[in-house]
Amino acid sequence: MYIQIKNLSDVTAAISTEKLGRIFKIPREIIALQEVDLEIPQGELFGLLGPNGAGKTTLIKILCTLFLPTSGKAWIKGMDVTREENQIRRIINMVSGGETSGYGILTVRETLWLFAQLYGVSNRIAFQRADEIMKIVGLEDFAGVKVHKLSSGMRQKLNFARGFMNDPEIIFLDEPTLGLDVNASRDLRRFIKEWVKREGKTVLLTTHYMMEADELCDRVAIINRGKILSCDYPANLKKMIKHESIFELELRSSRNEWEEMKNLEGVKKFSFSHDEEKGILSFRFLLANDFPLDKIFLIASRNGSHIVSVRKSEPNLEDVFVELVGRGLSD
Amino acid sequence: MNWQDLETNFRAALARAYVRVVGANRELSWILFDIFLPIISVAAYVYIYRSLNARQELIGYVILGGAMVAFWYNVLWSMASQFYWEKETGNLELFLVAPISRMSILAGMAIGGIYTTMIRAGAAFIVGSWIFAVPFHVSSWWLLILIFILTMTSLYGLGMMGSSLYFLYGREAWHTSSLFQEPVTLLSGFYFPVKSLGFYVSAFASLIPITLGLDGMRQIMYGTSFFSFLPLSAEMIILAVLSVFFIMLARRALNVMERLGRREGRLTLRWQ
Repeated sequence: MYIQIKNLSDVTAAISTEKLGRIFKIPREIIALQEVDLEIPQGELFGLLGPNGAGKTTLIKILCTLFLPTSGKAWIKGMDVTREENQIRRIINMVSGGETSGYGILTVRETLWLFAQLYGVSNRIAFQRADEIMKIVGLEDFAGVKVHKLSSGMRQKLNFARGFMNDPEIIFLDEPTLGLDVNASRDLRRFIKEWVKREGKTVLLTTHYMMEADELCDRVAIINRGKILSCDYPANLKKMIKHESIFELELRSSRNEWEEMKNLEGVKKFSFSHDEEKGILSFRFLLANDFPLDKIFLIASRNGSHIVSVRKSEPNLEDVFVELVGRGLSD
Repeated sequence: MNWQDLETNFRAALARAYVRVVGANRELSWILFDIFLPIISVAAYVYIYRSLNARQELIGYVILGGAMVAFWYNVLWSMASQFYWEKETGNLELFLVAPISRMSILAGMAIGGIYTTMIRAGAAFIVGSWIFAVPFHVSSWWLLILIFILTMTSLYGLGMMGSSLYFLYGREAWHTSSLFQEPVTLLSGFYFPVKSLGFYVSAFASLIPITLGLDGMRQIMYGTSFFSFLPLSAEMIILAVLSVFFIMLARRALNVMERLGRREGRLTLRWQ
């Protein structure tokens, strides 16, 4: 439910938008955002889920004052993104996954100091903060190493650390764990969670990883083709499809055409992924009831596939996503 | 702008200058590329002048011009076009999200660029003067420093103006820089007295700050002669006016182009 709080004398939301829209005219007209209404209170870890081109990055860039909206309004702590960009920039920062910013000739510690200088942080605090955050993200042994010698994962950790060098009140994390290994991603997730809890800061996170959103976010919005399809607590979103059955099926098969499974009566949604290395197809079915199962197994055996595993599972955000968007993130 | 903003911008400028200075110290290949290689191109002009039995001061003009050309290339490729690379690497986005004036980042590039280029140009000038045995006599160090500062301020102001193009364009703006390189090198008279282009062409060329700066420096180092274009005092006044004009225009251009870039959604658009 959208509640209008625009007056500074009221409790000001960290981030709010009202019918926010953005159309790009280059090279042809593309509607990137349509009538987006959001209200994110201070201290919330808010997730934005959507496929490529859904409008997540455009929304972040408008909120970070890099783009102007073509319609609607957006505020950061009550400040208008189109007119009060200088005040907004003092309290925000952003991190994008796969970012290649910085200068290869500088060391990791110098890079963090450099970006702190853009926010007027004193040298003493900048270096102190750099040392602390390098320890958190596991870069302390690389403090004196030049950036061009870092692996891509290390660079991503550095980019992540950079975003916290000005101790922002609001941080925009655009797929921050992209390209990181499991352990590093877990460490960063733990840090984000603790940072929000300890400091009362606000995070707007976009991610492709449903598990990440599920684990981290207080609330999640699902966005597709520039529109917010649903916005709620993860538990409430999952309740939307609680009455339906979810089956996961793994097949060993060389076949790639499975349209007939999708069209079976009783199959509400279906997504699949292919592990080419292992030759295993993983299906996830959202079924109105258990009746289509017989037909699913029949199709699988008729096509000469071998069943590797069958599992009934609880709905997760991926299922909610498939229900709302009509396809999985990896489809 | 309050004191806190001023301090933030000052820190940002120094931090950006630091990258340039540290970069030069950590990549010592510049000693070969920026001192000895330019002397080779200068040598070609020196031998032409010598074969024509030209006056010694003309050879001095070439050596000074050959050293000063480094500033023009620095402004063109490491200042005006630097935002192209900053955009491609993602740094520009981070500069724009920070609460600083874009001028402070450019000022940082300019300070770092002037510092490193000054060492290179100075070294190239001294080595060139020694190799070709061309004496010079500085009539006033104060005037030389003043005209150098005025030249650099207006030249780097011009560079700042050029960098604003990258808020909206990418490769197109890069091509514009390429387009300017050789005509400006010719019109500024790096390897000959600009006066030989005739009054009207020289007057037009004086819109490029290094033209008058170079002519003035030559007058201070090799004496005023038939080859000097305008009186030194006039050149200094024009350079002072150009400094203010280009800096103000750069500030305006940066604001306008940033607004346009935000509106068009091309401010941080890469690979364009």
